Amino acid sequence: MDKMPKWADVILIPVISVVLALLVSGLVVAIIGESPIRAMQVMVRGAFGSAYGWGYTLYYATNFIFTGLAVAVAFHARLFNIGGEGQAAIGGLGVAIILLNVAWPHWTIALVAAICFSALFGAAWAAIPAYLQAKRGSHIVITTIMFNYIASALLVYVLVNVFRVEGSMSPETARFAEATNLPTASDFAGFLGFGTSAPLNFSFFIALLACVGVWLLIWRTRLGYEIRSFGHSDTAAVYAGINPVKITMITMLISGGLAGMMAINVVMGEAERLVLDFVEGAGFVGIAVALMGRSHPVGVVLAALLFGALYQGGAELQFEMPAISREMVVVIQALVILFTGALDNMVRMPMQAVFLGLRRRREAAAPRTPAE
Amino acid sequence: MTTAAPAIELKGISKAFGPVQANRDISMSVARGTIHGIVGENGAGKSTLMSILYGFYKADRGEIFINGKPTPIPDSQAAIRAGIGMVHQHFKLVENFTVVENVILGAEDGALLRPSIAKARRLLTELSQEYGLKVDPDAVVEELSVGHQQRVEILKQLYRHADILILDEPTGVLTPSEADQLFRILERLKTEGKTIILITHKLREIMEITDTVSVMRRGEMTNTVKTSQTSPSELAEMMVGRKVLLQVDKTPAKPGDVVLRVEDLHVRRGGVDRIKGVSFQIRRGEILGIAGVAGNGQTELLEVLGGMIAATGGAVTLFNEPIDITGKHSNAQTRRARGIGHVPEDRQDEGLIMAFEAWENVAFGYHKDPKYNSGPLMNHAAIKADCADKMDRYDVRPPNPRLPARNFSGGNQQKIVVAREMDRAPDLLLIGQPTRGVDIGAIEFIHKQIIALRDQGKAILLVSVELDEIMGLSDRIAVMFDGRIMGERLPSETDQNELGLLMAGVVTDSTRGAA
Repeated sequence: MDKMPKWADVILIPVISVVLALLVSGLVVAIIGESPIRAMQVMVRGAFGSAYGWGYTLYYATNFIFTGLAVAVAFHARLFNIGGEGQAAIGGLGVAIILLNVAWPHWTIALVAAICFSALFGAAWAAIPAYLQAKRGSHIVITTIMFNYIASALLVYVLVNVFRVEGSMSPETARFAEATNLPTASDFAGFLGFGTSAPLNFSFFIALLACVGVWLLIWRTRLGYEIRSFGHSDTAAVYAGINPVKITMITMLISGGLAGMMAINVVMGEAERLVLDFVEGAGFVGIAVALMGRSHPVGVVLAALLFGALYQGGAELQFEMPAISREMVVVIQALVILFTGALDNMVRMPMQAVFLGLRRRREAAAPRTPAE
Repeated sequence: MTTAAPAIELKGISKAFGPVQANRDISMSVARGTIHGIVGENGAGKSTLMSILYGFYKADRGEIFINGKPTPIPDSQAAIRAGIGMVHQHFKLVENFTVVENVILGAEDGALLRPSIAKARRLLTELSQEYGLKVDPDAVVEELSVGHQQRVEILKQLYRHADILILDEPTGVLTPSEADQLFRILERLKTEGKTIILITHKLREIMEITDTVSVMRRGEMTNTVKTSQTSPSELAEMMVGRKVLLQVDKTPAKPGDVVLRVEDLHVRRGGVDRIKGVSFQIRRGEILGIAGVAGNGQTELLEVLGGMIAATGGAVTLFNEPIDITGKHSNAQTRRARGIGHVPEDRQDEGLIMAFEAWENVAFGYHKDPKYNSGPLMNHAAIKADCADKMDRYDVRPPNPRLPARNFSGGNQQKIVVAREMDRAPDLLLIGQPTRGVDIGAIEFIHKQIIALRDQGKAILLVSVELDEIMGLSDRIAVMFDGRIMGERLPSETDQNELGLLMAGVVTDSTRGAA
């Protein structure tokens, strides 16, 4: 007796939401006197029109896959992890520490270590809010937001006072050793036309692996079963002998770890050093990605791709159409988040009514109903 | 009173929710100054019909006549204007307001409260005397007993000049004596010319108080009969559509060794002592029934034994082996491993994950069982096969393991829980409100399963607020009141009156028997 077929829930509603967001964005572009159609063309071409564009789109998508998965895993336990931003930042710290302090012989080993350390540091940053939620009932939304600010301040302090290269004016670490640099798209997919300037790197595959891992975890393991049970009903979880404190902690550690792993892509794969504010809002975009992807890894990948395209297309837009400023691009991105995340029900309710009406008509048409 | 036009007449009322036809072409007429009962299984459409009458829902088709006049009821304000008052199963009172404040809520005369309150107090006193509804107008509602709170609800309706009162399962929360008092009030209201519609699933109440009764089944009104010309078994048959055993068939118990021993159990929760020193034991092949009005510690008793909450004092042994009731080293899973099955009181909030499919629910609490797993992953195929098998043997309909729990009827949801918890033949079964919100056909089935488990030599702790169920199933009955056991009785040596007094905490000469 579900209200809608599954395909409508998973595909139709997000698509309608995005189209609505783009229509409103077009309206805004038209108001400032530019052609919405041309703006759209520029964005699409900028994101998907060239190997260069793809290189950026997929690079951004890699970030959003990690942060989106982080939020999605927490969602399954009905925990709202707003702290992806801070967890990713601290994850970056972990990457920097391990890459700067050990002479790595080869990037593969360095990558494994970086994955472990980024996840560990991200998880540790999520552990404190998780503990406060599990033991003290401090609301995780509030604490994770506050921890974002602490993380950001901490990163400034560490970069300025600990890791800054002697004599340098910029708050960033030294470059990592060459041996730790990840293969870029031009290395492993140069035949597709990726040049050396595109930031896409090997982390993309780690992100896809993480998707498979999360899918296995949530839908195939006992732990995932317990996480989902707890997310649906905490009283029922207690009835089944599932420890709420344990599940809250473990889920948030996994979530924080995934957010932390985002740093592999930016810190290790792209910047090759730890820089200030490298997360650039990806933690928050992850929330929209998880919402839009309905907390499913496949959905997260698709939503991450969309937001990656918005980021890259938006950058092209402000470059090619100077009347559309950086702020305008942010408005367009925000509209997509608004429509897909916050205004989900605005599309969902009418669609449910439509499907209900369709079904009723179909049933009325069926010959077996002996109407009075 | 003229009896020419019926107080209420419904003609051809239909209402659908999506694909579900909740009411189909219902016509009904209730004469002024009578009590009319409506019975039916869960989901038969009683509540929908009453919600249409009270303006919560709009009928797709059909007409409502009040006192012979066609009266559309688009919202509850219109219902009130038409003289219809509704007493809900869950009271709609502001707990920290006084009685008089609650009564005028939404019916104030102006922006200033003082004159309204003075007028209301005067009117309330008159109403109380007229109908024998004694309530202190200045008492704070949360300090009143449940029975008195219900009177406030009735007074609220009378204050709004209701001539037609709808009562939805009014005795669900009352002790037997409170229920008796309610019935006396309803009789009085009837003689004063009020018309009353009583929705209930308790056939005994229908027989006791109504003049006429309508039976609803699957959204249709199948029969309307004079109460004096029918019987409970006939009504049950009309409700279910086949013959039903109202009386549970069972042989005398053959109790064996002691399975569960509880000594001086104490539970404190939310700063309140919920269980204040409870001791009892249950033997093999025996059903101990715990009677009592809801909220007297039975819930906590089940939860502490089931491993959901910790005890603050006392000792519990299973086969003379202690159980860790502090909850430090045990939880519901370790209890299950010790052979304790638990059918919880609230299947929707505890026993099932409503969003999970049936097969996922069949593993709930037993998801670490090796037969449901292969290596680090869960073996979905094995669980689904087990689910299909259980659905077949426990007659769960529809037998589709892929259907989410919320899409099953109450009775079939309960059968899923019962199958999961009873099929492993636990040494001790904790079972709370086994048939709450379950249709008659499923009640019969679940009762048979409980007896069958007892006859296998298992111990059963049954908690129910339905005295009929307790009397019918139990081999011994303990009555709980205010966190204590007021006494133990054999069903053959007690009756509803004595149990009712014990449930109200009254210990008289007649109830001070040997425990």
